[in-house]
Amino acid sequence: MGDVRLMKGNEVIAEAAIRCGCDGYFGYPITPQSEVMETLMIRKPQEETGMVVLQAESEVAAINMVYGGASCGKKVMTSSSSPGVSLKQEGITYLAGAELPALIVNIVRGGPGLGTIQPAQSDYFQAVKGGGHGDYKLIVLAPASVQEMNDFVDLSFELAFKYLNPAMILSDGVIGQMMEKVELSEYKPRWTAEEIEKISGSWATTGKTPGAQRRISTSLDLDSAKQEIFNHKLQAKYRAMEENEVRFEKIACDDAEYLFVAYGSSARICQKAVEQAREKGIKVGLLRPITLFPYPTKAIQEMLKNVKGILAVEMSAGQMVEDVRLAVNGKVPVEHFGRYGGIIPTPEEVVEALEQKILGK
Amino acid sequence: MTATTEINKIISKENMVYGKTSVLLDNEMHYCPGCTHGVIHKVIAEVIDEMGIQDKTIGISPVGCSVLAYNYLDIDWQQAAHGRAPALATATSRLMPEKYVFTYQGDGDLASIGCAEIIHACNRGENIVVFFVNNAIYGMTGGQMAPTTLEGQVTATTPYGRDCAVTGFPMKITEMIAMLPGTRFVTRQSAETPGAVRKLKKVVQKAFENTREKKGLSFIEIVSTCSSGWKLSPVKSNEWMKENMFPYYPLGTLKDE
Repeated sequence: MGDVRLMKGNEVIAEAAIRCGCDGYFGYPITPQSEVMETLMIRKPQEETGMVVLQAESEVAAINMVYGGASCGKKVMTSSSSPGVSLKQEGITYLAGAELPALIVNIVRGGPGLGTIQPAQSDYFQAVKGGGHGDYKLIVLAPASVQEMNDFVDLSFELAFKYLNPAMILSDGVIGQMMEKVELSEYKPRWTAEEIEKISGSWATTGKTPGAQRRISTSLDLDSAKQEIFNHKLQAKYRAMEENEVRFEKIACDDAEYLFVAYGSSARICQKAVEQAREKGIKVGLLRPITLFPYPTKAIQEMLKNVKGILAVEMSAGQMVEDVRLAVNGKVPVEHFGRYGGIIPTPEEVVEALEQKILGK
Repeated sequence: MTATTEINKIISKENMVYGKTSVLLDNEMHYCPGCTHGVIHKVIAEVIDEMGIQDKTIGISPVGCSVLAYNYLDIDWQQAAHGRAPALATATSRLMPEKYVFTYQGDGDLASIGCAEIIHACNRGENIVVFFVNNAIYGMTGGQMAPTTLEGQVTATTPYGRDCAVTGFPMKITEMIAMLPGTRFVTRQSAETPGAVRKLKKVVQKAFENTREKKGLSFIEIVSTCSSGWKLSPVKSNEWMKENMFPYYPLGTLKDE
């Protein structure tokens, strides 16, 4: 057993960043995620690992600092909550267009607009369908526990550098604010200049070596023919992610006749709902997508042999349910249950929704 | 001795008094005839060459006519979203403090959409060099009004001349920046005569020396022309600049600490 602590989800993001050898964090305060930067400021990683932590003048500046840092081949990240992540969309699409690895953490709160500071899952479309302009995808990981807040920081960087693509941790105010037991990761040293040259030397703008090819970090190509070829390359990358990086968890699915599909804190609520429904004799299971892009489409399709109906549970008016319906393609009924605007559903409500919307049919 | 051998002898290395720096690439520039960008690029390239910092310099190009600046200087480049170059430079300089980082921005990029980013990078005193090319117009998008467009100046979006009662006033952003304690060296130059180019080169060198000495932010405005946007010949553009731009944007060093 390593370093086990009782910590808040947001604090763990900061701690995991330091421990995984992150080079830079650039943020801007917004509720309910301000503890990420506050924890980093208290921890002073600049004295420990040399990690740079900077409070930017805006979310726009923060994400563009991430673009600058990522262009240098560094492990850099930002975190924010919904209204702030909307502001970051410009920088995120540039990161995707320049094929730069970076981590963006969204501790989602209810919207639209300034909305509320309470938890929600209403940024699903923005996270998994692009968000900014142009045809691009983020790698999106959805933690359902404080432990996964720890684990997914390092994993996000690993995937971001593997595919040269920005990755997002799509969490919410519940996971960000709640305290749980967490086993922290072992310390990994930050990459040295030599390691960066070895890993990212073909594209990282670290200063042109005499006689070598210069590196240009850009998303611009005015030649449409070349731009189309580049877009094909991006699409091939996203297909490779769909092939290789789908992650999900199945709970009580072996004998399931009905299925909840839920991610993040909704999945935690559904876990309890599974227990309550089974006490009533309803054979229901839970499929929890861990990666929201790439989405576990095949895993849902494989469940259709035995499952007679699916309830997608999310703290939104119905966003992820569309991806469930695309996977199911009309083969069994798919319904949505959600509370929104910062309201968290109870397991009882979820079971009731299952009975009314799926079993009642 | 043939004529060719004679020429080769004259242009032999030991007789050369001037040559194009190799930091300036041979790519054909897309800039219009009379545009100031080419001269500014050459000056920056020469200073990088003479200081021997080509392998340690990272340029950040803007959105605007100089978006393609990375095609002309043989260094590593990052291309920023409109106005955001100072944010990219902030991270680049902080994560690689031993490097020379500069942004190259126009008036729309720096003084309008990127106003917040430049003010705050200056206020933090980032150890970078900022080149601010002010030709009082948006060149690339087709000659629209910039924050630095002069009163009465005709542009594509002020076809009857800039009316300050409606659009606000020509912005002296360099004066604003000089007030910030984070900046060390703030100067306004031009590049329309050999003398002006020589002066410009001196301040560019001083700015990169400031980076080397970790002195903080050096800000160089270059009052420039836009023959296409102004719809004047290159010669007339220089005259218009001297008559109209120089009185409002006076040349000289505002701050040198």
